[in-house]
Amino acid sequence: MAKNDLQGTLDLLVLKSLSQLRSMHGYGIVLHIERVSDALLHVEEGSLYPALHRMEQNGWVRSEWALTETKHRAKFYALTPAGKKQLAVAERGFEQVVKGVQAILRLA
Amino acid sequence: MSLLRRILAFGKRSQVDKEIEDELRAHVAMRTEDNVAAGMSPDSAARDARLRFGNPTVVRERVEGADLALGIASMGRDLRYAIRGYFKSPGFTAVAIITLALGIGANTAIFQLLDAVRLRSLPVENPQELAEVRIVGGNRGFGINDGMYAQLTRPIWEEIQRHHEPFSRVFAWRNNDRLLGQLTDPHRIHGFDVSGDFFAVLGIHPWQGRLILPEDEASACAAPRAVVSYPFWQAQMGGRGLGTTLMIDGTPAEVIGVTPPGFFGMAVGESFDVAFPLCEPNPTRREVFDVSVMGRLKPGWTTERASAYFGALSAGIFDATAPTGYSADAIKHFKEYRLGVYPASGGVSSLREAYDTSLWLLLAITGLVLLIACANLANLMLARATTRQREMAMRMALGASRNCLLRQLLMESGLLAVAGAVLGVAIAQVFSRILVWSLSTRDGSVHLSIGADWRVLLFAAAAAGLTCVVFGTLPAIRATNTDPITALKPGARGLTASRERFSVQRSMVVTQISVSLVLLVGALLFVRSFRNLMTLNPGMRERGITVGFFGFPLSNVEQKQRAEFKRQLLEDVKSVPGVQNAATTTNVPLNGSSWTHGIHVGGSEGSSKFTWVSPGYFDTMDIPLLTGRNLSETDTEDSPRVAVVNQTFIRQFLGQTNPIGQLVRTLPEPQYPSSVYEIVGTIPDTKYSDLRGETPPMVFAPASQFPVTAQQKWAAMMIDSGNAQPATVAIKRAFAEKHPQVVLQFFDFQEGIRDNLVRDRLMAILSGFFGVLATVLVMVGLYGVLSYLVTLRRNEIGIRIALGARRGQVIGLVMRDAATMLLAGVIIGTVLALVAGRGASSMLFGLKPYDPATLTFAVALLAVIAALASFLPARRAARLDPMVALRNE
Repeated sequence: MAKNDLQGTLDLLVLKSLSQLRSMHGYGIVLHIERVSDALLHVEEGSLYPALHRMEQNGWVRSEWALTETKHRAKFYALTPAGKKQLAVAERGFEQVVKGVQAILRLA
Repeated sequence: MSLLRRILAFGKRSQVDKEIEDELRAHVAMRTEDNVAAGMSPDSAARDARLRFGNPTVVRERVEGADLALGIASMGRDLRYAIRGYFKSPGFTAVAIITLALGIGANTAIFQLLDAVRLRSLPVENPQELAEVRIVGGNRGFGINDGMYAQLTRPIWEEIQRHHEPFSRVFAWRNNDRLLGQLTDPHRIHGFDVSGDFFAVLGIHPWQGRLILPEDEASACAAPRAVVSYPFWQAQMGGRGLGTTLMIDGTPAEVIGVTPPGFFGMAVGESFDVAFPLCEPNPTRREVFDVSVMGRLKPGWTTERASAYFGALSAGIFDATAPTGYSADAIKHFKEYRLGVYPASGGVSSLREAYDTSLWLLLAITGLVLLIACANLANLMLARATTRQREMAMRMALGASRNCLLRQLLMESGLLAVAGAVLGVAIAQVFSRILVWSLSTRDGSVHLSIGADWRVLLFAAAAAGLTCVVFGTLPAIRATNTDPITALKPGARGLTASRERFSVQRSMVVTQISVSLVLLVGALLFVRSFRNLMTLNPGMRERGITVGFFGFPLSNVEQKQRAEFKRQLLEDVKSVPGVQNAATTTNVPLNGSSWTHGIHVGGSEGSSKFTWVSPGYFDTMDIPLLTGRNLSETDTEDSPRVAVVNQTFIRQFLGQTNPIGQLVRTLPEPQYPSSVYEIVGTIPDTKYSDLRGETPPMVFAPASQFPVTAQQKWAAMMIDSGNAQPATVAIKRAFAEKHPQVVLQFFDFQEGIRDNLVRDRLMAILSGFFGVLATVLVMVGLYGVLSYLVTLRRNEIGIRIALGARRGQVIGLVMRDAATMLLAGVIIGTVLALVAGRGASSMLFGLKPYDPATLTFAVALLAVIAALASFLPARRAARLDPMVALRNE
């Protein structure tokens, strides 16, 4: 049985974004998800930061302060090896959820 | 930022907070810039950014919530906040902490005793391997029992040494009190006889010198070597003197070593002074049960398997060890015994047997007191929560989550509980030592190593946690369960507060009343039971009697001359000025001891207590003769055997027949050949070995007709000396001149009887104390809740008065409220008391646990208390000025 809660989905989106962006701050992650999904997915900004901090506690991401292109001091997050593993796990889980949901949709 | 850094930054919360804030602010700033770049005006760009982001405080708290280290840090903040709050109301804080500390302290103290007496293992190597070999069901009065813990005879011990397959090694021991020093002025010490392997099997290493070894057994009787306990070594020998000799029972014994400080012997609650190698008496007395046999079970052997092993061997063992000189029936009984193996990791303890029920009962009592105290605290906290409702509402309105406030409030009650527990454990140390001290009697001081070991600390922690849940949770849920809007309205107090709101307080008061009724009934039962025992007439004189023991272990009075020698001793005692009367006896009554012989009377067979006394015994003890004649000087060794019997004896063996002239034949026993006594007189029933027991059948025979073969080198006397102290001094002085070889020991008969009531006294005092405490707590609780209810109903009462309600009516209003709670509490409490009473029934004397008088009295007392507690708030309500009360609206 795959873990299919919504939090898991947010984690997956964040982890995947970080794997594509290498290192990014929270605002950049929000923009990235919106851009890549053609504005289909909208990340609630208030939920992003608790998720980032929780993932940092879990050791999936690490963070450091750096300057953005626009010279803002922001906190940049990057994947750790554990985070990469977690990403793989989350991706597999999500695929199963999708398969499951599709199966139900076809049946209906 | 790594977790480690954050934990290191523990306490520097502001810095962590700042980082989070910076991060979030950067986010909003970047969004604003992008918005501006997309063509918005600076104002609308900022507004859009904030809208998208949501409430920044909430986001920040959620981020903090996700943060482990910050969770700890914010707990620190809550803690500081709680402490600050308590410092602001020191009165409340002090009352709360002291209440909790006393409650937890009393519970912990009782638990500490239970722990020391019941739960802890002996301080030896791998105590869980120890097991004791006993006769299943005991020896049921056969033979002679010498020693509280003695279970087996020496021949049985020898058999077990030959067949101890389940045990890797076995050992035997016995408690054997000795006399230390010159026999003219001896000092009683707790002797401890052990087999050669004893210390090695237990894994006890010498503190100094060496301990007893198997080779010491050879000289055990003639020139014993002695090992002293650490306390004895310190107190009596000044921590020196290894290799010197002690005079023990008039024989010199060389001190070869000292046991380590923690080792007290095998009996929990007692402490030995000097240990000796076990002396094998010559000739062996096969009917004397005087040793306890234990061993270490081999790996793989359980007590059940070992029991089965010894069960199979039992027939052979008891066949080989059967004593001679008994009737065939008695021997048949002996040979039917079976040996069993029982766990012995906690050693043995008469204290455990005597106080087990008492301690569990006391733990229940103190637990209930703590419950009542908790209910009071909960009410206090509820009242506090009400006054803080606005604060809570304000914080909620500002965005604090309910969980956050709950955590804060639970932290506050937790803080109280922890402070109470710490203080409570400290109080328990004092309290438990006072308890132990109060258990000590004339001849048996109680030695218990009372300490706060992990079990005790765990218990205190559990008690604190439980109390915290009981008194803290409800008020916390209550306080955070408010709607900010209503709570913040000015004068947010309805005309009458909702019933639901008080029902918690009411039910708490009802609980308190019912629990305190249980405690009061218990207290009254124990106090009355103790009073019954203290005022019980045992059928003989108690006051002004001194019991004297006269031993002559080293004199060489021939067995045949001993009766005459004892008569001489009695004459010498009687001639001492101040002594009004005296008599010898073979058994001191009400002393816990017992002396039984099997008998034939007419056609029936049975057993009776036997006591051989000198003719003055009944006079000395004020026991009247009912029919027939007294024992007299004319009853000699050569005249026909005569006896005086009590009423129970007549009822049991003779029924309606005239007892005078009936014959009693004793069954043979070693040293006590069968003989026939003719009943010449009867006396009323008197108590025998203790006050509680039913009177058994009793036979009194003249001391001059005591079997010569059984004569020992000691005599006991009951001395009527009116004023005890001077007479014993005079007797000692007279005997020092005339009989220097006789060892004298005295104690007051009545004091001795009272010493056997220590447990009853303890229960009466403690249950009485806790009963009073519970009542006081209930009074305070009822008063508090009623005052609080009156405050809340101020408007309603004000309107009633304004509309013309009379004072009496208002008082009635409040008092009726109290009466309802009292009634509910009394009904529940009565049921509980009846159920609880069964647990105590075995400890009561002359009372049934469902004693209507006691119950009525307890209820009446509670009613008076309730009336007192409710009158003040009621009067205050009646004096309310309606103008003032209503102006607040």
